[in-house]
Amino acid sequence: MNRKIIFQQILVFILFVLLWKSVIFIFKFPEFILPQPETVFIEWYFLLKSGLLLNHTLVTLYETIAGFIIGVLLGLIPGYFIAKSKQVEQTLSPYLVALQTAPKIALAPLIVIWFGFGPLSKIVIVALIVFFPILVNTIVGIRSVDKNLLDLMKICKATRLQIFRFVELPAALPVLFAAFKTGITLAVIGAVVGEFIGANSGLGYLTIYAAGLMNTPQVFVAILQLTVLGIVLYLIIDVLESLMIPWYKNKGEKDVVRS
Amino acid sequence: MLLEVKDIGVTYTSKEKEVKALDGVSFKVESGDFFSIVGPSGCGKTTILKIIAGLINSTNGEILKPEDFEVGYVFQEHNLLEWRNVIDNVILPLEIKGVAKEESYKKAKKLLKLIDLKEFENVYPKDLSGGMKQRVAIARALICEPEVLLMDEPFGALDEPTRLKLNTELNRIWRKTKKTVIFVTHNVSEAVFLSNKVAILTKRPGKIKKILKIDLPEERNLKLLDSEKFIKLVLKIRKNLEYFKEK
Repeated sequence: MNRKIIFQQILVFILFVLLWKSVIFIFKFPEFILPQPETVFIEWYFLLKSGLLLNHTLVTLYETIAGFIIGVLLGLIPGYFIAKSKQVEQTLSPYLVALQTAPKIALAPLIVIWFGFGPLSKIVIVALIVFFPILVNTIVGIRSVDKNLLDLMKICKATRLQIFRFVELPAALPVLFAAFKTGITLAVIGAVVGEFIGANSGLGYLTIYAAGLMNTPQVFVAILQLTVLGIVLYLIIDVLESLMIPWYKNKGEKDVVRS
Repeated sequence: MLLEVKDIGVTYTSKEKEVKALDGVSFKVESGDFFSIVGPSGCGKTTILKIIAGLINSTNGEILKPEDFEVGYVFQEHNLLEWRNVIDNVILPLEIKGVAKEESYKKAKKLLKLIDLKEFENVYPKDLSGGMKQRVAIARALICEPEVLLMDEPFGALDEPTRLKLNTELNRIWRKTKKTVIFVTHNVSEAVFLSNKVAILTKRPGKIKKILKIDLPEERNLKLLDSEKFIKLVLKIRKNLEYFKEK
C-alpha cells in the first residue's frame, strides 16, 4: 500500500471522530445516549488493564473458534458426498432448502434451553450457522472441478483417494476459503447472539450487561472489541489462504466473497 | 498392427429420441503411425478417442488392443493443474502410479528438454503461454511411455503461427520417439502436415469415408505447406469432406 492511501485512511478516521464529536455537540446528547469518543477509548483502556475485557474476549473467541471448526467439519464431509452423488443430493434437497431458509438464529433460545448457559450452547449455535455456507460451497467447489481433469485422472488409473488429493481438494480450496471467510464472520455473530440470550461471560454478555446498566461507553467498548476480534479472525484465514493456495492468490483475482 | 477399431457404433438415447453419433467405424493403426482423423464438427471424432482411451463405452463393436495397453491423452484445453509447477504437472501420471520422485524427475527433465522447456520446470501454468502449456501437456502424456498418444485437437485453441510452430515440433517429437499417435482435428492442412495416414469421417452419424496414405517424407517443415503435392493432398481430402452438403 502506498503512503498516500495510508494518509487518506487516517484522514477518514479523523473525520469520523470529528463527525462523532460534532453530533454530540449539536444535539447535546448526554453520555448514556452517545459518549464522547475519548470516553470510549479511556473506558477501553481501563477494561483492558483490569483484565476483565480479555477474559470476556477469550470466552467469545473460544466459542467462535470451536463452533467454527465443528461447523466446517459438519459441512465439508456431507458436502463432498452430496457433490459426488446425484442420488444423495436429490434425496436431501428438500431438507437442504428447508435448512437454508430457516433463520438459524431463531433457534438460539431453544439451543440455550437445551445446552445451558455455558459456552456449549454458543458453540452449538455457531456450528449450526457456519455449517450451511460451508456445505453449499463444498458442493459448488467439488462440482467446479473440470470434467477433463477427472478424465485425465481416469486415464492415469487414479484411485478415488488420489483423485481427491490431487484434483478435487486443490480445485475446491479457493471456493472453500471464500466460504471460510463468510463462515468466520457468521461465527462471531452466532456466538454474540447466543451470549445475548443467556450467558454469564463473553463479549455479547458484556454488551447486554452494560446496556442494562445504561453504561453506554462500556457497550461501545464491547462492540469495538468484537469488531477487532472479527477482523483478526478474518485476517488469520486470509493469511492461511495465501499460504495454502499461493497459486490462486497470485493470480491477482479478487476474493469471491467479501462479507 | 497395434490397434484395431472394429465396427464401432455409439447411440445416445435422450428424450425418447435416439441419436446415432457413430456408425460402423473401423480402422487399423500400425505401430509408429501418425494417424489423423478429420471430419466436420459434431461427427464424433472425439468420441472415437474417448472410446480408445476407455473413457466411454461404445454401444456396439470392439477395439482390439494389446494387454496392458496404455494411452497418453492430450486434450484441446491444456488441462494442467494450476496448483502445480511445470515439472510437477509432468510427473503427475507417475506419481499416481507410485513411482519414486527422484526417478520421475529424471524422466520429466528429459522430456522437458525434448519439448524445449528445460528452463521452465519451476514455473506455474498461469505464467506460460498457450503454446507452452500445450507442450507441457504433451510431455505429461508421454511420461508413462504409452503405447499410443491420443490427441484431441490439441492446437485448436492456438493462433496460427504458434500452431504451425507446434506442428513442426510435434513432427520432430514423433520422429524422435517413434510413438504411435492418433490425432483428431478439423484442420485438413494440419492433418496432412503431421500424418502418414488420414481418415476422413462423414457427418453425423460418423462413418469412415476414406483412409488416405500421405506419401510425404517423414520430416516435415513449413516449406512443405506451399508445395504442389501438399496442396493437392489437402484439396483431395477437402473434396471428400461434407462441410457444406445439406441433408
